[in-house]
Amino acid sequence: MNLMPEKLIYELSAPGRIGASLPDNDVPATPVPANLSRDSLKLPEVDELSVIRHFTRLSQKNFSIDSHFYPLGSCTMKYNPKVNEQLAGLRGWRDAHPLIGDEFSQGALELIYRLQESLCAIGGFAASSLQPAAGAHGELSGVFVVRAWHVSRGDAKRTKMLIPDSAHGTNPATCTMAGYTTLPVPSDAEGGVDMAALKAALGGAQREEIAGIMITNPNTLGLFDRNIEEIARLVHEAGGLVYGDGANMNAVTGIFKPGNSGIDVMHFNLHKTFSTPHGGGGPGAGFVGVRKDLADFLPGPIAVKKGSGYALAMPSKSIGRVKSFYGNFGVLVRAFAYVRMLGATGLRRLAENAVLNANYLKVKVEKSYKVKYPRRCMHEFVAMGDIAPGIHTLDIAKRLIDYGFHPPTIYFPLIVPEAIMIEPTETEDKETLDAFAEVLAKIADEARTNPDLLHNAPTTTPVGRLDEVAAARSPVLCFKG
Amino acid sequence: MPFIANSDADRKAMLAAVGVSSIEELFTDIPSAKRFPKLALPEGISELEVTREIEAMAANNLNASSCAWFLGAGAYNHFIPAAVGAISSRGEFLTAYTPYQPEVSQGTLQAIFEYQSMAAELLGMEVVNASHYDGATALAEAVLMAWNHGGSRKKVFLPTALHPEYRDVIRTYFAAFDVQFVEYAGEPSSAAVDETTSCVVCAYPDFEGRVRDLKAGAEKAHAAGALFIVHADPIMCAILKSPGELGADIVTAEGQALGNAMNFGGPWLGMMGATAKLMRKMPGRIVGQAQDHEGRRGFVLTLTAREQHIRREKAVSNICSNQGLVMLQACVYMALMGKNGMRQVAELCWNKAHYAASEIAKLPGFKVPVLDKAAAGAFFKEFVVTTPIPAAAIVDKLSRASVVPGLALSKYDPKRTHELLVCVTEMNTKAQIDLLATSLKEAAK
Amino acid sequence: MKLDSAARYRSSHEFARKEGNLYVVGISDHAQAALGDIVYVELPEVGKTFAQGDAFGVIESVKAASDLYMPMGGKVAAVNEGLGGDPALVNRDCYGEGWLVKIEAASAAEFNGLMDAATYEKEADKE
Repeated sequence: MNLMPEKLIYELSAPGRIGASLPDNDVPATPVPANLSRDSLKLPEVDELSVIRHFTRLSQKNFSIDSHFYPLGSCTMKYNPKVNEQLAGLRGWRDAHPLIGDEFSQGALELIYRLQESLCAIGGFAASSLQPAAGAHGELSGVFVVRAWHVSRGDAKRTKMLIPDSAHGTNPATCTMAGYTTLPVPSDAEGGVDMAALKAALGGAQREEIAGIMITNPNTLGLFDRNIEEIARLVHEAGGLVYGDGANMNAVTGIFKPGNSGIDVMHFNLHKTFSTPHGGGGPGAGFVGVRKDLADFLPGPIAVKKGSGYALAMPSKSIGRVKSFYGNFGVLVRAFAYVRMLGATGLRRLAENAVLNANYLKVKVEKSYKVKYPRRCMHEFVAMGDIAPGIHTLDIAKRLIDYGFHPPTIYFPLIVPEAIMIEPTETEDKETLDAFAEVLAKIADEARTNPDLLHNAPTTTPVGRLDEVAAARSPVLCFKG
Repeated sequence: MPFIANSDADRKAMLAAVGVSSIEELFTDIPSAKRFPKLALPEGISELEVTREIEAMAANNLNASSCAWFLGAGAYNHFIPAAVGAISSRGEFLTAYTPYQPEVSQGTLQAIFEYQSMAAELLGMEVVNASHYDGATALAEAVLMAWNHGGSRKKVFLPTALHPEYRDVIRTYFAAFDVQFVEYAGEPSSAAVDETTSCVVCAYPDFEGRVRDLKAGAEKAHAAGALFIVHADPIMCAILKSPGELGADIVTAEGQALGNAMNFGGPWLGMMGATAKLMRKMPGRIVGQAQDHEGRRGFVLTLTAREQHIRREKAVSNICSNQGLVMLQACVYMALMGKNGMRQVAELCWNKAHYAASEIAKLPGFKVPVLDKAAAGAFFKEFVVTTPIPAAAIVDKLSRASVVPGLALSKYDPKRTHELLVCVTEMNTKAQIDLLATSLKEAAK
Repeated sequence: MKLDSAARYRSSHEFARKEGNLYVVGISDHAQAALGDIVYVELPEVGKTFAQGDAFGVIESVKAASDLYMPMGGKVAAVNEGLGGDPALVNRDCYGEGWLVKIEAASAAEFNGLMDAATYEKEADKE
């Protein structure tokens, strides 16, 4: 890891330095009108080598999947295959323009179509769109579809959406953007949806106001809700739709098809289960799949078969475009390649190994940490970090860094105090899991015998714990030279 | 099995440790009738086979590297220096996650801070976020921002010359809300703003490449207590006055032009900036400067209380990602180009587009309204050409000859049959532009 | 938790206290401790009127953001400008220097309807 402080690009600037070369102007020049012309442009002036060194050195301050075990629960930090990068970088894709016309884009349209179909096959859905640019964007699209369906049936009273209290924050935020009010549903002692509370919420005068439920299964605790089919049935009986948040599909590809068990609309995160790289925060891509009678409402355009080829088409009652053009195509290429390489059996092995790795790690971690729900987990599990007086999950996370591991997800889901959510994924080997469990045990020990090691961690990184409070009180959000 | 690390022997040992005899036993929570369904997919293929398959598909796509390319309309063919990809393909950037643990993410965080800084300068805004999905969604969320800020003001003014797909996205985002969209033609100062207006949106340049008077538009909007939102071309901002300088409250832009390939429409880069006053109302991630206990400078995600993981149903937006890698590419591009390079790219686009427009205007039967005395105006990179025969026929004919002349506007408006939107960038040589002119002349015969 | 015996409390942890012909509004010590270091307080404009229970602002820490609800209805007569530069005032002295707004109350009866310090303490302890 590069521990040296790195100047800002502005601080490396010197007047007259040039980093890129462009051809000279080969046409007659037209002057820019003075009243429109910009006076000054304070951008850095840096030569190419300095730019390369700067960003190379910056990259060396990151932990990444390529360099470290990254067991972030719910994020599915699996290996991002290099062949995906190569294939996404082909000139035929990079220099493809979305408005060149269907006839000249058959390669791209074929890829989109086949990926739509493949993901439908995996999820048990009749139709889909790959327009969404991310998981949250897929959620927004899906909830708009739910809304459009109710509106098309003249059912304007349905303004409420049920959301389990273990849900990811994007779920209620999405509802607000779609004009819905959120009704939280508590979880039971086993970590699933509290069925009595669900029935109560679906009862009485409120029944006519429920648009549906947004459910994550496996849920954010890493547990498969055994009542999923009953939950779907109850919501359907009340006139609502079931939205599935597919963030945790890594546990069930080839094992379970959500579309076959009552999920009406669902999004997948291609940058989780389907191996596309996280890129330091994006770009992602969202698939949204639906049951047959919701297909007309999908965001578009989507790829369809036309004659012996493919075309773009807008579903007849589409909720509209959710972004310009056809989705994050460059990301779709990676997911397509991945699904092709895995195939039917590979997808099942993926989930089997993800779940086995998680259960194996859980058995080892349970020796030194309390796991909130001791029953069989799926691809991830939640432990608790309050293992010694004065020690919090944050301290354990920071100490893990000193041992060369990226910390798991912390303080989520909100219903577990001092939560540490661990998801190893199927691309990790047994030795890595053993090493991680050992380090966690060591840290538990340190927490009891030498807690300052945790409180002061990390000490092996370019910066220590940063004062986020001061940063938020007096925000400095750009360089002011 | 590809990408699965453990061997059968490993699995055997692990199953024993877990206390089950088979992997199937791990899935007893799944309803038995629904367990282990058959997937209607072919079996997996090797890396070599998938490479061949996808290369064949990619070859089946007409692309800008093999043509004289004059098609823009929201996706732009610009030069991308090799160093951009060299940096963004580094595994440490490519395979890192969102920087929630700042101590091990200073590379990503500092790059975002640098991007925010350069973008703020370019757009003329005090605060820029770490990006949205694309220009269209950034603009939609900017309008949402104004909408939430405006109390009971229900009117939103949109220019007729806004990219039609952007208009569609805004409408989708507002489907559940009681909004009144009003369209105005021409200058933003012509929008009939009043006390019911939450915001006026202006594109800079607009969909037809025309540069509008932002200052007058901003003044009029502000006088009525409304916000002025500008959607800008980031390359153009290198030589023309920035939207911030001219009075914009919120600026969005499509950052694809900054070092990112067209990629058939995505992934791209939604840029968004705002005044300091609106800072806490901005959706999306923002990075701020911070110090550790030893006084070392570092960078962190900040103002997170606005975001979905804390505010949940009260969050400004549900957005949970930024376009990380795409933003990094834009950052490296701006760093490489720098003050001089950005100006140079913009000037090349300006000069070449003006040259092309004047050459095409000379062709019998062709007109370029933005050069005509009556309808003249300033323009950047794109201009409309009225054609003597339907533009779609011209596009079809010329594309087959590897000269893609632009967008037939009938694509978005069936009534506009004889209009072609031509885009000229630094990628077009004089020879290509001359070829375009002769090709158009030939096609019209 | 620290309490102000002259104040009366709302279940959402805001308090009101009579001061001359105005009422001072703020959040309780229990609330500020739960929020952690306050980084920002969004306050309404002077002159704005709210009913009892209306959301009148937002208080943010690094890890949370809470709406602020009026313990009593009234017109905002003053806002604590000092919080802009030093939001930590709320953490240090929530009943004194860390006040949020001062209002001309619509109804003194609403004050009596709020919980007294002892009752509030019992309620808050249950959380």
